[in-house]
Amino acid sequence: MKCDFCDKKASVFLTQLVEGQMKKVCLCDHCAKERGVTDPTGFSLADVLLGGVAAGAGPFSAAKPPHATPGGGRKCPNCGFTLDDLRRVRRFGCSDCYTTFGEEVGQMVRGMHKGTSHVGKVPAGLMALHFRHQRIEELRSRLDQAVASESYEEAAGIRDEILQLNETKP
Amino acid sequence: MMRFSTLVKHPADWMTGGQGEHGAVLTSRIRLARNLRRQPFPGWAKREQRTAALDLMRPAVEALPAMKDGFSQELGDLSSVQKQVLVERHLISREHAARGDGSAAVIERRQSFSLMLNEEDHLRMQAIRPGLQLTAAFTALSELDSELEKSLEFAFDPTLGYLTTCPTNLGTGLRASAMLHLPGLVLSDQIGQVLQAVNKIGLAVRGLYGEGTESLGNLYQISNQSTLGESEETIIRRLERVIAQVANHERNAREKLLDDDPEMVADKIGRAYGVLRHAHIIDSKEALNHLSLLRLGGTLGFFPPETVILCDTLLMDIQPAHLQLHSGRKLSPEERDAIRAEIVRSRLLSLESPDNRSTTRDIKPLPDPNNPGDA
Repeated sequence: MKCDFCDKKASVFLTQLVEGQMKKVCLCDHCAKERGVTDPTGFSLADVLLGGVAAGAGPFSAAKPPHATPGGGRKCPNCGFTLDDLRRVRRFGCSDCYTTFGEEVGQMVRGMHKGTSHVGKVPAGLMALHFRHQRIEELRSRLDQAVASESYEEAAGIRDEILQLNETKP
Repeated sequence: MMRFSTLVKHPADWMTGGQGEHGAVLTSRIRLARNLRRQPFPGWAKREQRTAALDLMRPAVEALPAMKDGFSQELGDLSSVQKQVLVERHLISREHAARGDGSAAVIERRQSFSLMLNEEDHLRMQAIRPGLQLTAAFTALSELDSELEKSLEFAFDPTLGYLTTCPTNLGTGLRASAMLHLPGLVLSDQIGQVLQAVNKIGLAVRGLYGEGTESLGNLYQISNQSTLGESEETIIRRLERVIAQVANHERNAREKLLDDDPEMVADKIGRAYGVLRHAHIIDSKEALNHLSLLRLGGTLGFFPPETVILCDTLLMDIQPAHLQLHSGRKLSPEERDAIRAEIVRSRLLSLESPDNRSTTRDIKPLPDPNNPGDA
């Protein structure tokens, strides 16, 4: 039997269920290695069938051109990753990219997972930070009210509390 | 820090089965993906940026209580055979093995935890346990994650959860998987049906490579695909339930095979025993398929129960990089097949023929190892 990608003799035969259907691929040693097929942990036949692996084999830095093309629209201010890069590799450059390309994230994530917003573990430090921000917001609106109603003594107390919270290290 | 030779000298705890008994579920693995906030992801980072991220993470990871006296190496300092051995042991991924300087592997001394630094994500942390223990593996790994969080600032978004290089890992960053040995379902032709059902509820099934519908050594991996929108506990609970069901189907299939066609079962196991005991040249595919039947024989009473552990250890030791490490030099495929046969023969030397055994005792399936209570 011949390799599905080149004409050499196939030696790796892979069968996988892709969306409920049995799919089979035959590869020679070389193509199997190149596509990471022999790695039972990281391989999905869908990638081969849909051309994903062929397009972005290996660490994606290897596939990227030395200079990101201009005109690819938006660019992440933190890491320089562009919309073109995103369209090519379907991955992101840094955590800030998720803000830069928020719209695209929404489209990509839809249908990919069981849901679109996170349920589960939250870093403990961030949890504290999150609550602190919430508390500060709450105090600020109370401060505004206090000032509006000319309760200056109360306002001073709230102001001190806000200052104290802002000084606390994360 | 531990040397490579010391790390791999002994089989991992999860290979020799801390629980004693092995059935259909060989191992449970949990992987968590984490990234540093604002640092470019490893695939996009420039060399200096990658090194900077590594310099941030490595001291924090090495300082973990679990990593005391552990193994820690930059990948550029490991030979390709050493890296391949770590891949064969599931301690690092194939992609990680392809990396060099700027990436590192930090592995707990008993090989129950391994952390890949600068893989596709800044951190890929993994816990492995023998048998069906996804919850235990997750609890342990989550503790380690919480410990790291004190010194590293992970990229997290309240809506998208943990931010990862690839959006397929967003949210929990969790991949839970189990390796299953399903010879009963394969022999009784039920495997396609069972795996299709598993696939239908959104779980991924992967075999090792193999012809037709058979996967090599009748080994299959089941894992979650979705990482966003459900808590870690929900994902793991579903997976554990499904895996327990598959293991149960496997047990029933084995019992039914023994009832319906005991001669066929005895013939297959006997032939596997004969080949493994006497072959002088054996390739890895043939060895794995026969070892699978020997392992089945171990759970069905054809051989003593500890045969299962013997098979699981051999499964690892006959892989190409392990063979080269064992003989201390590069081997041609022909040499490998000869050395593989030699190792298998020597390990099975004291394993008595099933014929001597079945005359003295009733062949009966062992109780479900995942349900020690129902013995």
